[in-house]
Amino acid sequence: MPPPVEEIRGQFPLLAREQDGKPLAYLDNGATSQKPLAVIEALDRFWRSQNANVHRGVYRLSEEATEAYERSRLVVAARLGADRREVVFVRNATEALNLVAYSWGRANITQGDRILLTEMEHHSNIVPWYQLASERGAELDWAPVTDEGRLDLEAFGGLLERQPRVVAVAHISNVLGTINPIAEIARLAHDAGALVVVDGAQAGPKLPLDMAELGADFYALTAHKMYGPTGTGALYGRRELLEEMPPFIGGGSMIRQVRRDEITWAELPAKFEGGTPAIGEAIGYAAAVQWLDAIGLEAAHAHEAQLGAYALERVAEVPGLRVFGPPAGDDRAGIVSFVLDGVHAHDISEILDRHAVCVRAGHHCAQILMDRLGVPATARASLAVYNTRQEVDRLVDALHDVRRVFELD
Amino acid sequence: MDDLYREQILEHYKRPHNFGRLERYDLEFEDSNPFCGDEQHVFIRLDDDDRVAEVAFEGKGCAISTAATSMLTDELQGMSREELLKLPKNFVLDLLGIDISATRIKCALLGLKVVKGASLGQPADWEDEGERGEPTEAARSGI
Repeated sequence: MPPPVEEIRGQFPLLAREQDGKPLAYLDNGATSQKPLAVIEALDRFWRSQNANVHRGVYRLSEEATEAYERSRLVVAARLGADRREVVFVRNATEALNLVAYSWGRANITQGDRILLTEMEHHSNIVPWYQLASERGAELDWAPVTDEGRLDLEAFGGLLERQPRVVAVAHISNVLGTINPIAEIARLAHDAGALVVVDGAQAGPKLPLDMAELGADFYALTAHKMYGPTGTGALYGRRELLEEMPPFIGGGSMIRQVRRDEITWAELPAKFEGGTPAIGEAIGYAAAVQWLDAIGLEAAHAHEAQLGAYALERVAEVPGLRVFGPPAGDDRAGIVSFVLDGVHAHDISEILDRHAVCVRAGHHCAQILMDRLGVPATARASLAVYNTRQEVDRLVDALHDVRRVFELD
Repeated sequence: MDDLYREQILEHYKRPHNFGRLERYDLEFEDSNPFCGDEQHVFIRLDDDDRVAEVAFEGKGCAISTAATSMLTDELQGMSREELLKLPKNFVLDLLGIDISATRIKCALLGLKVVKGASLGQPADWEDEGERGEPTEAARSGI
């Protein structure tokens, strides 16, 4: 049994914050989550008593910092069912995807090659591929999204016949809340000879992630959306692929030997970690993984899915409101994007803020999807393990107030 | 009474003035707010003295950006291109007559940016978006 939501909330100092005398309803978890004490204290402990640069320090403090840093990698690797050499610490999911597009992409993509994306990708899983394609004369294809907000698997299958070298897909859409069937996508893509790069930024805090089960060749994660600190994340890459790939960022730590006429690279994963990493943050990341494991990922997911279903049902009561994404169900996460006839998303967000309800408004770094949906922007409530029905109710009440302010009633 | 969404702003948002395209125009420019993706396209017809004879705009945006451009376009008649380029930000903010938060200031100024772009025929040099660090400013705000 997971702890009751009130007990979970008690572990998040920020959730005690009030705005204009109202408790804050933080519903912008798709952008970043709040941090539990377990993470804040792990960071504090490191900076206060363990800080030293990692690797090569021949003194106890540095050895301790190195051990803590490498232990964090093991924690993340265990969460992914991966070998520690397959886990590269990066700044965020964006950097993870760029690493793949730069390193694997520049070594493998040539003129006329095809790269298959989906219409629901975040810009971080579009822009690096666009840059690669422009540089190499490769072509981008876009797997369409159905009217219900799902990936059109039939059309996706058709596009695979064009034999893309790589398929780049989000595990969970940051706008639609759609949970894509990665295992099936990977099977189809592999049968067609393509590698699969998964943007797991939204899935990190929501789903159990077993890389072998999912069949992902690369999987990008960020810590700050899963109760960890900003500035760190992880790229999972299949070992055979990472071994073959050239380094991404050159500098300290990522080399074996530097000679005037020849430089050789360090072993995995150091090869991809040039420069001093975000050491304390990686330790905070591991603390977040362990905190979430203690709550229980399945319990966390069940809570969010139930609350998401409740939110979908409640916001639909607001006249003129249109929700995007599939109906509540197994392939729908607690991310609820909507538009309200006659009111721009920014104005919705501004008025909700007066009720101390935090949602995001805009294109959510998904302009291709906005075009597909035919809207310039949406408002988005995205739920986390600590959100409550009362907060969803306050969202709905505040939406009624938006209608009142805009004189729509 | 809602200050930001007071009657006049809602009125301009719901029924923007000078909304649409001009059939004949001498200047036009389109730009978007990278923060939210809102777009505005402005069309200006000049008279024989090269002054604004007619102006129209279209696009999609929030209440603040739409109302601001609606109000702004009401004021441009008779201005020369140089005068358009010299319009200060406060010209628009005064028209709106409300406090605008840091995040919404780009909404409020999108129309002015597009009008200046039309006047120049290229993106206007927009130096007030915080690219230049102001140490005293930062110190004052306690960053």
